[in-house]
Amino acid sequence: RAGRVERSGAVQNRSGQQLQCRESRSVVKKDKMSSRNPMLIKGVRTYGRSKAYSRKQQWKHEKKEGPKKKERTPKTSVLRQRYVPAERVPKRLKSNLTIKKRKTVLKKGIQPGSVLIVLSGRFMGSRVVFLKQLDSGLLLVTGPYKVNGVPIRRINQAYVIATSTTVDISGVKIPEHIDDKYFARVKNAKEGEEGFFSNQEKINPEWLAKRKEDQKAVDTGIVAAIEKVELLDTYLKTKFTLKNGQAPHAMKF
Amino acid sequence: GELACTNRRPVKMPFTRFVEIGRVALINYGPEEGKLCTIIDVVDQNRALVDGPYGITGVHRQVINLRRLSLTDFKVKIGLNARAKSLKKAWAAAGVQEKWAATAWAAKRASRSAKASLTDLGRFKAMLAKKTRAKKVKTAFNKLKKSA
Repeated sequence: RAGRVERSGAVQNRSGQQLQCRESRSVVKKDKMSSRNPMLIKGVRTYGRSKAYSRKQQWKHEKKEGPKKKERTPKTSVLRQRYVPAERVPKRLKSNLTIKKRKTVLKKGIQPGSVLIVLSGRFMGSRVVFLKQLDSGLLLVTGPYKVNGVPIRRINQAYVIATSTTVDISGVKIPEHIDDKYFARVKNAKEGEEGFFSNQEKINPEWLAKRKEDQKAVDTGIVAAIEKVELLDTYLKTKFTLKNGQAPHAMKF
Repeated sequence: GELACTNRRPVKMPFTRFVEIGRVALINYGPEEGKLCTIIDVVDQNRALVDGPYGITGVHRQVINLRRLSLTDFKVKIGLNARAKSLKKAWAAAGVQEKWAATAWAAKRASRSAKASLTDLGRFKAMLAKKTRAKKVKTAFNKLKKSA
């Protein structure tokens, strides 16, 4: 509430007229006025715009217009605006304004050398060796090719079960050029219908030779590591199957 | 079996495992599932006071419902509400740990839990072992069959 000011009998207003005060009323002494324009109820002030202007004596404090500055649209909240649009236009969240690209978090238990069970696709059921995670978030895996026929391939970790078995691939160096671009589809030279129907069966021999070379470079070290462990090569050769009574959610991998 | 009636000639009961002080039981439900405990006192028809002893089996002294207990063949000589110390002594004297481990019941539990905790590679190796063993059995059998 607005602070009461101590009033004696003689009180004058601005124009010098004497005002009558009720002296009997108990007053609360205050050093300064808390508000010139107190709230009557929430959102409604005692004095309207023009009255408040004259009470504040704003004509004294108004600045003269200087040289024209660059026009800026001031940031006003919806409540302060005089014009509020009928339909609310949703504002973009600050967190969405700058979209950061974060790398997919690897599932717990997937480490370089982990044996993974592939759950879908051409090599469904195969047990493969995880090499590394590519920039796109996909997993780079290999059979190895000589062991189970799975070449260097990309898999999404959603279609994979990570086992607790690992192969020691610390000594294996994966060539730097094997990244997401390496696996891009080879486009047809001919465009349109002709191109669609033509080079379907043909594989570029140069491309194939390069692939074989890369496969060898990756696999030799891994095969050597596999052969050191008993039964690991047979294990990788065998496909994963479920038998009657086996429930994957209750099984330990 | 326990003597069940007041006649001069004792009657043999078909039951051999009773809820009594000193009875060793296996907890079959709840957070303490799979642990052995000893019945120290009986609360009422449904509940008993039970203790591991904590130092040997890991079961604290507590009141437990009899439905959660599976009675074993073993009994330990203790008095009513025996202390943990005297309970441990009695267990050592009766040799409960070794006797329990030697039972088929305990062996089955152990093998089942071992099977459940196998990894994918472990399951694969177990499968291979079964196959080789079956092969050996079959060749020996067929040989005998032929010679007979």
